[in-house]
Amino acid sequence: MLKVDNIHTYYGNIQALKGISLEVNKGEIICLIGANGAGKSTTLMSISGIEPPRSGTVILEGIDITGMPPHKIVTMGMSQVPEGRRIFPQLTVLENLDMGAYLRTDKEEMKRDLEYVFELFPILSQRRHQIGGTLSGGEQQMLAISRALMAKPRILLLDEPSLGLAPLIVQQIFGIIVRINKEQGTTIFLVEQNANMALKIADRGYVLQNGIIVKTDTSSALMADEEVKNAYLGV
Amino acid sequence: MKYFLQLVLAGLTKGSIYALIALGYTMVYGIIKLINFAHGEIYMIGAFTALIIGGVLQITTGLPPVTILFISLAAAIFFSAGYGVTMENIAYKPLRKAPRLTALISAIGMSLVLQNYVLLAQTSDFLPFRSMIPNFSFLIPGKSLVTTTQLVIMITTVVVMIFLTILIKFTRMGKAMRATSQDKVMAQLVGIDINKVITFTFAIGSATAAIGGVLIANHMGQINFYIGFLAGIKAFVAAVLGGIGSIPGAVLGSFVLGMAESFGAGYISSAYEDAFAFVILIIILIIKPSGLMGRNEIEKV
Ligand SMILES: Nc1ncnc2c1ncn2[C@@H]1O[C@H](COP(=O)(O)OP(=O)(O)OP(=O)(O)O)[C@@H](O)[C@H]1O
Ligand SMILES: [Mg+2]
Repeated sequence: MLKVDNIHTYYGNIQALKGISLEVNKGEIICLIGANGAGKSTTLMSISGIEPPRSGTVILEGIDITGMPPHKIVTMGMSQVPEGRRIFPQLTVLENLDMGAYLRTDKEEMKRDLEYVFELFPILSQRRHQIGGTLSGGEQQMLAISRALMAKPRILLLDEPSLGLAPLIVQQIFGIIVRINKEQGTTIFLVEQNANMALKIADRGYVLQNGIIVKTDTSSALMADEEVKNAYLGV
Repeated sequence: MKYFLQLVLAGLTKGSIYALIALGYTMVYGIIKLINFAHGEIYMIGAFTALIIGGVLQITTGLPPVTILFISLAAAIFFSAGYGVTMENIAYKPLRKAPRLTALISAIGMSLVLQNYVLLAQTSDFLPFRSMIPNFSFLIPGKSLVTTTQLVIMITTVVVMIFLTILIKFTRMGKAMRATSQDKVMAQLVGIDINKVITFTFAIGSATAAIGGVLIANHMGQINFYIGFLAGIKAFVAAVLGGIGSIPGAVLGSFVLGMAESFGAGYISSAYEDAFAFVILIIILIIKPSGLMGRNEIEKV
């Protein structure tokens, strides 16, 4: 589904990604774990075209999308829920969801998808006319995921959905991520510092350190790995 | 009383023109956080386009003045939008990722280039502009408080405001503009081509400035290459006054400024007319630094 091959990404002269390769198969939940500043967000932004890599390639469903403008990449079936959620602060919940479906014209299907996200997150339905910037952190995260779903992606990139949320809300959101994967068949690429939670729902994982992938394995193997345990699982 | 009302009308007229220019400043700022210093020049180019096209049509055809007015207005909108978009492409787009100061300097450069380009192509003299706005028969010159031109300026401004409000609130491009102004990265992640949005914003801002330019030329009866400079600065002041980035703010700021200038000139001294703008600006920014309608971002992280 998604194949990232040896990408190098820079911010000015600072190199953030030093040759990252990874692969996500159709229908999988894959997680990428790493400490602060490891380059997790940069990896997602490179894939989405916001910070295009200086070298290397990103292949989505057999098509080379390296260097394509971000809005084109969205049309190819990939959406991202960025770090910090990035809700349009002055738009209402409904307007935010409407922006998620910006490229779509299939009105009937859109209505059904709206029903679906309201079913996933009933609280959003109650708050549909509230201004996005005034939602709580958890609600914003729900809205961010819903907005991404409104684009009807075949692959969904999620950047630290657990960030700053209470454990109970995190549980709920991770439950929904699994549900989206099962019910919609959406492939999930999840970036997390909360390695515990992420590895629990993922099929496989990658460990990122200073812009390099240092480890990859099945989730169960990573959870059993001594180094991973010590560095990321806090046990 | 009559004098007072005349000052109000003069203030509304001035405010209308400022608003037509300030809209472009505030929209461009809202989208790319650039103070487009050359925006006043776009207004000036609108006036010159109408002068040239209108002049040619007056000489070569027997068309009624109203028809000529509409044709030259359309031409002015078209050319100004073209200049605005081209300017964005050559002077600002390559600097999208550069520090903001760099783009600002590029804008000042663009302003000088356009002024001197018109100076060379025309002359530095004021050129007479024959008004193409016919008199409304229900207004008796010398008796009525308001002149036809004033009325046309105010009505046009209201129509432009309504049009813009509908555009921004209800159209797809309007939604894209709002999203882009709130979060450029996120806008791209939902599939918005922000380059298109930016181009469109420059086109619309330039078009409204051109309308202002054509109206003021008809009102004043003469133009030269320099008219965009002071008008541009005043409109910029109005936009800051209202809270730069806010469209209703730009309109409100423009009318506050127009009124202040009109009353300042009428009751205090017309010699200081141009200084009132800055006095008002300083007072309001001391009281409310974000401008009259500027918001302190409601953004929860
Ligand atoms: N806009 C930027 N300009 C310059 N350097 C940046 C920029 N964004 C990120 N970096 C640098 O790139 C590196 C990787 O950052 P990135 O945000 O990808 O890390 P991360 O793994 O997502 O961290 P976190 O868990 O804190 O979100 C860091 O060293 C960071 O300082
Ligand atoms: Mg990050």
